[in-house]
Amino acid sequence: MPIPDTVPILGISWADALFLALAAVLLGSALLVVTLRDIIRSGLAMVSAFGALAGIYVLLGAPLVAAAQVLVYIGAIAVLILFAVMLTQEKAAPVRLVFQTQAIPAAIAAIVLALIIALSVVATDWGAVGRRIATATDALARLLFGQYVLPFEVVGVLLLAAVIGGVYIAKREDRDA
Amino acid sequence: MSQSLDAYLVLSGILFAIGTFGFLARRNAISMLMSIELMLNGVNLAIVAFGAFLPALNVDASVIALLVMAVAAAEATVGLAIVMAIYRNRRTPLVDEYDAMRQ
Repeated sequence: MPIPDTVPILGISWADALFLALAAVLLGSALLVVTLRDIIRSGLAMVSAFGALAGIYVLLGAPLVAAAQVLVYIGAIAVLILFAVMLTQEKAAPVRLVFQTQAIPAAIAAIVLALIIALSVVATDWGAVGRRIATATDALARLLFGQYVLPFEVVGVLLLAAVIGGVYIAKREDRDA
Repeated sequence: MSQSLDAYLVLSGILFAIGTFGFLARRNAISMLMSIELMLNGVNLAIVAFGAFLPALNVDASVIALLVMAVAAAEATVGLAIVMAIYRNRRTPLVDEYDAMRQ
Protein backbone atom coordinates (compact mmCIF):
# COMPACT_ATOMS: atom_id res chain seq x y z
CA MET A 1 0.00 0.00 0.00
CA PRO A 2 1.58 3.34 -1.02
CA ILE A 3 1.88 6.09 1.55
CA PRO A 4 -0.55 8.93 0.76
CA ASP A 5 0.79 12.41 0.05
CA THR A 6 -0.95 13.96 3.01
CA VAL A 7 -1.73 12.81 6.52
CA PRO A 8 -5.00 10.84 6.08
CA ILE A 9 -7.37 12.50 8.54
CA LEU A 10 -5.80 15.93 9.07
CA GLY A 11 -5.22 16.73 5.40
CA ILE A 12 -1.84 18.41 5.95
CA SER A 13 1.45 17.32 4.43
CA TRP A 14 3.75 14.94 6.27
CA ALA A 15 6.43 17.61 6.70
CA ASP A 16 3.91 19.96 8.28
CA ALA A 17 2.64 17.26 10.62
CA LEU A 18 6.21 16.42 11.62
CA PHE A 19 6.99 20.10 12.17
CA LEU A 20 3.91 20.58 14.34
CA ALA A 21 4.63 17.47 16.41
CA LEU A 22 8.30 18.38 16.95
CA ALA A 23 7.45 22.00 17.74
CA ALA A 24 4.83 20.86 20.28
CA VAL A 25 7.32 18.51 21.96
CA LEU A 26 10.00 21.22 21.91
CA LEU A 27 7.86 23.96 23.45
CA GLY A 28 6.15 21.60 25.89
CA SER A 29 9.45 20.25 27.17
CA ALA A 30 10.92 23.76 27.35
CA LEU A 31 7.97 24.87 29.47
CA LEU A 32 8.47 21.83 31.71
CA VAL A 33 12.16 22.76 32.08
CA VAL A 34 11.31 26.16 33.49
CA THR A 35 8.29 25.14 35.59
CA LEU A 36 8.92 21.70 37.12
CA ARG A 37 9.71 21.65 40.83
CA ASP A 38 12.09 18.71 40.73
CA ILE A 39 15.31 19.80 39.08
CA ILE A 40 16.23 16.29 37.91
CA ARG A 41 12.92 16.13 36.04
CA SER A 42 13.51 19.51 34.47
CA GLY A 43 16.91 18.23 33.37
CA LEU A 44 15.27 15.25 31.70
CA ALA A 45 12.71 17.56 30.06
CA MET A 46 15.66 19.54 28.74
CA VAL A 47 17.01 16.35 27.12
CA SER A 48 13.68 15.82 25.39
CA ALA A 49 13.63 19.45 24.20
CA PHE A 50 17.13 19.02 22.75
CA GLY A 51 16.02 15.81 21.01
CA ALA A 52 12.99 17.51 19.44
CA LEU A 53 15.23 20.35 18.29
CA ALA A 54 17.56 17.82 16.65
CA GLY A 55 14.51 16.51 14.77
CA ILE A 56 13.70 20.04 13.60
CA TYR A 57 17.28 20.42 12.34
CA VAL A 58 16.82 17.25 10.30
CA LEU A 59 13.57 18.69 8.94
CA LEU A 60 15.48 21.84 7.98
CA GLY A 61 17.95 19.75 5.97
CA ALA A 62 20.95 20.15 8.28
CA PRO A 63 21.76 16.58 9.33
CA LEU A 64 25.28 17.36 10.57
CA VAL A 65 23.97 20.06 12.90
CA ALA A 66 21.35 17.58 14.14
CA ALA A 67 24.04 14.97 14.83
CA ALA A 68 26.15 17.57 16.65
CA GLN A 69 23.07 18.60 18.63
CA VAL A 70 22.58 15.02 19.82
CA LEU A 71 26.28 14.52 20.58
CA VAL A 72 27.01 17.87 22.21
CA TYR A 73 23.77 18.74 23.94
CA ILE A 74 22.20 15.39 24.83
CA GLY A 75 25.52 13.61 25.15
CA ALA A 76 27.67 16.18 26.89
CA ILE A 77 25.87 19.22 28.25
CA ALA A 78 22.84 17.36 29.62
CA VAL A 79 25.07 14.83 31.38
CA LEU A 80 27.23 17.65 32.75
CA ILE A 81 24.16 19.43 34.11
CA LEU A 82 22.73 16.25 35.63
CA PHE A 83 26.07 15.59 37.35
CA ALA A 84 26.09 19.14 38.70
CA VAL A 85 22.54 18.61 39.97
CA MET A 86 23.58 15.48 41.81
CA LEU A 87 26.60 17.25 43.34
CA THR A 88 24.82 20.39 44.51
CA GLN A 89 21.24 19.50 45.43
CA GLU A 90 20.63 18.17 48.90
CA LYS A 91 17.64 16.06 49.70
CA ALA A 92 17.88 17.08 53.35
CA ALA A 93 17.17 20.69 52.47
CA PRO A 94 14.32 20.61 49.96
CA VAL A 95 13.74 23.66 47.86
CA ARG A 96 10.74 25.40 49.36
CA LEU A 97 9.98 27.69 46.50
CA VAL A 98 10.96 27.13 42.93
CA PHE A 99 10.53 30.69 41.71
CA GLN A 100 11.83 34.07 42.74
CA THR A 101 9.36 36.69 43.91
CA GLN A 102 9.71 38.34 40.52
CA ALA A 103 8.26 35.35 38.67
CA ILE A 104 5.08 37.10 37.52
CA PRO A 105 6.87 40.17 36.10
CA ALA A 106 9.33 37.75 34.49
CA ALA A 107 6.45 35.84 32.87
CA ILE A 108 4.95 39.08 31.56
CA ALA A 109 8.33 40.17 30.22
CA ALA A 110 8.86 36.81 28.50
CA ILE A 111 5.40 36.92 26.87
CA VAL A 112 5.99 40.49 25.67
CA LEU A 113 9.40 39.43 24.32
CA ALA A 114 7.85 36.49 22.43
CA LEU A 115 5.16 38.76 20.98
CA ILE A 116 7.72 41.38 19.89
CA ILE A 117 9.89 38.73 18.21
CA ALA A 118 6.89 37.12 16.50
CA LEU A 119 5.51 40.45 15.25
CA SER A 120 8.86 41.64 13.96
CA VAL A 121 9.47 38.29 12.24
CA VAL A 122 6.10 38.40 10.52
CA ALA A 123 6.42 42.09 9.59
CA THR A 124 9.91 41.76 8.07
CA ASP A 125 10.50 40.93 4.44
CA TRP A 126 13.38 38.49 4.50
CA GLY A 127 14.31 39.06 0.86
CA ALA A 128 15.16 36.11 -1.33
CA VAL A 129 13.45 33.43 0.70
CA GLY A 130 13.55 30.34 -1.42
CA ARG A 131 12.20 26.91 -0.77
CA ARG A 132 13.84 24.88 1.94
CA ILE A 133 17.20 23.58 0.73
CA ALA A 134 19.29 20.87 2.31
CA THR A 135 22.89 21.48 3.35
CA ALA A 136 25.46 19.30 1.63
CA THR A 137 27.81 17.88 4.22
CA ASP A 138 30.86 17.88 1.92
CA ALA A 139 30.38 21.57 1.15
CA LEU A 140 30.05 22.17 4.88
CA ALA A 141 33.31 20.35 5.56
CA ARG A 142 35.12 22.31 2.83
CA LEU A 143 33.87 25.61 4.24
CA LEU A 144 34.63 24.66 7.84
CA PHE A 145 38.21 23.61 7.10
CA GLY A 146 38.79 26.29 4.44
CA GLN A 147 37.31 29.72 4.96
CA TYR A 148 36.38 29.13 8.62
CA VAL A 149 39.52 27.31 9.70
CA LEU A 150 40.70 30.16 11.94
CA PRO A 151 37.43 30.34 13.95
CA PHE A 152 37.53 26.54 14.14
CA GLU A 153 41.01 26.59 15.69
CA VAL A 154 40.07 29.44 18.01
CA VAL A 155 37.09 27.42 19.24
CA GLY A 156 39.42 24.50 19.88
CA VAL A 157 41.66 26.70 22.04
CA LEU A 158 38.57 28.12 23.78
CA LEU A 159 37.36 24.63 24.66
CA LEU A 160 40.80 23.75 26.05
CA ALA A 161 40.79 26.93 28.12
CA ALA A 162 37.27 26.14 29.35
CA VAL A 163 38.30 22.65 30.40
CA ILE A 164 41.34 23.90 32.30
CA GLY A 165 39.36 26.76 33.85
CA GLY A 166 36.50 24.48 34.82
CA VAL A 167 38.80 22.00 36.52
CA TYR A 168 40.66 24.80 38.29
CA ILE A 169 37.51 26.54 39.57
CA ALA A 170 35.69 23.38 40.61
CA LYS A 171 38.62 21.58 42.21
CA ARG A 172 38.42 21.10 45.93
CA GLU A 173 40.70 23.36 47.90
CA ASP A 174 42.92 21.89 50.59
CA ARG A 175 41.56 23.90 53.47
CA ASP A 176 38.02 22.49 53.31
CA ALA A 177 38.97 19.01 52.20
CA MET B 1 3.86 25.59 7.37
CA SER B 2 7.12 23.69 7.42
CA GLN B 3 7.99 25.50 4.17
CA SER B 4 7.90 29.00 5.64
CA LEU B 5 10.82 30.72 7.32
CA ASP B 6 8.46 32.65 9.61
CA ALA B 7 7.21 29.50 11.36
CA TYR B 8 10.73 28.48 12.36
CA LEU B 9 11.69 32.00 13.44
CA VAL B 10 8.57 32.36 15.57
CA LEU B 11 9.28 28.96 17.11
CA SER B 12 12.83 30.03 17.93
CA GLY B 13 11.54 33.30 19.38
CA ILE B 14 9.12 31.46 21.65
CA LEU B 15 11.89 29.11 22.77
CA PHE B 16 14.10 32.11 23.53
CA ALA B 17 11.29 33.75 25.52
CA ILE B 18 10.74 30.57 27.57
CA GLY B 19 14.45 30.55 28.34
CA THR B 20 14.27 34.21 29.36
CA PHE B 21 11.43 33.47 31.73
CA GLY B 22 13.32 30.58 33.30
CA PHE B 23 16.45 32.66 33.72
CA LEU B 24 14.57 35.51 35.40
CA ALA B 25 12.21 33.44 37.52
CA ARG B 26 14.02 30.36 38.79
CA ARG B 27 15.87 30.45 42.10
CA ASN B 28 18.20 27.56 41.46
CA ALA B 29 21.49 28.43 39.77
CA ILE B 30 21.49 25.21 37.76
CA SER B 31 17.95 25.87 36.52
CA MET B 32 19.16 29.27 35.36
CA LEU B 33 21.98 27.60 33.42
CA MET B 34 19.46 25.23 31.82
CA SER B 35 17.41 28.24 30.79
CA ILE B 36 20.50 29.79 29.20
CA GLU B 37 20.95 26.57 27.22
CA LEU B 38 17.34 26.86 26.02
CA MET B 39 17.98 30.43 24.88
CA LEU B 40 21.15 29.38 23.03
CA ASN B 41 19.19 26.61 21.34
CA GLY B 42 16.55 29.12 20.24
CA VAL B 43 19.23 31.28 18.65
CA ASN B 44 20.77 28.25 16.96
CA LEU B 45 17.38 27.27 15.54
CA ALA B 46 17.05 30.76 14.02
CA ILE B 47 20.54 30.49 12.49
CA VAL B 48 19.87 27.07 10.94
CA ALA B 49 16.45 28.22 9.69
CA PHE B 50 18.05 31.20 7.90
CA GLY B 51 20.57 28.83 6.39
CA ALA B 52 17.85 26.51 5.13
CA PHE B 53 15.81 29.24 3.44
CA LEU B 54 18.34 31.80 2.18
CA PRO B 55 20.56 30.18 -0.47
CA ALA B 56 23.39 32.68 0.12
CA LEU B 57 23.71 31.54 3.73
CA ASN B 58 23.06 27.86 3.24
CA VAL B 59 26.39 26.32 4.25
CA ASP B 60 27.72 29.19 6.37
CA ALA B 61 24.75 28.93 8.72
CA SER B 62 25.55 25.33 9.60
CA VAL B 63 29.17 26.26 10.32
CA ILE B 64 28.08 29.12 12.56
CA ALA B 65 25.59 26.86 14.36
CA LEU B 66 28.35 24.33 15.06
CA LEU B 67 30.61 27.08 16.41
CA VAL B 68 27.78 28.34 18.63
CA MET B 69 27.36 24.82 20.01
CA ALA B 70 31.05 24.60 20.88
CA VAL B 71 30.95 27.97 22.64
CA ALA B 72 27.79 26.88 24.50
CA ALA B 73 29.63 23.78 25.69
CA ALA B 74 32.50 25.94 26.98
CA GLU B 75 29.99 28.24 28.70
CA ALA B 76 28.25 25.31 30.38
CA THR B 77 31.57 23.92 31.64
CA VAL B 78 32.73 27.17 33.21
CA GLY B 79 29.26 28.12 34.46
CA LEU B 80 28.73 24.80 36.23
CA ALA B 81 32.22 24.97 37.71
CA ILE B 82 31.42 28.40 39.13
CA VAL B 83 28.14 27.08 40.56
CA MET B 84 30.03 24.22 42.23
CA ALA B 85 32.63 26.61 43.65
CA ILE B 86 29.93 28.89 45.10
CA TYR B 87 28.03 25.88 46.40
CA ARG B 88 31.11 24.71 48.27
CA ASN B 89 31.32 28.05 50.07
CA ARG B 90 27.65 28.84 50.63
CA ARG B 91 26.12 25.35 50.83
CA THR B 92 23.09 26.34 48.77
CA PRO B 93 22.32 26.40 45.05
CA LEU B 94 19.72 29.17 45.42
CA VAL B 95 20.89 32.40 43.88
CA ASP B 96 18.85 34.69 46.13
CA GLU B 97 20.88 33.49 49.09
CA TYR B 98 24.12 34.63 47.51
CA ASP B 99 23.88 38.00 49.25
CA ALA B 100 27.31 38.31 50.87
CA MET B 101 28.11 41.51 48.98
CA ARG B 102 24.88 43.18 50.09
CA GLN B 103 25.75 43.16 53.77
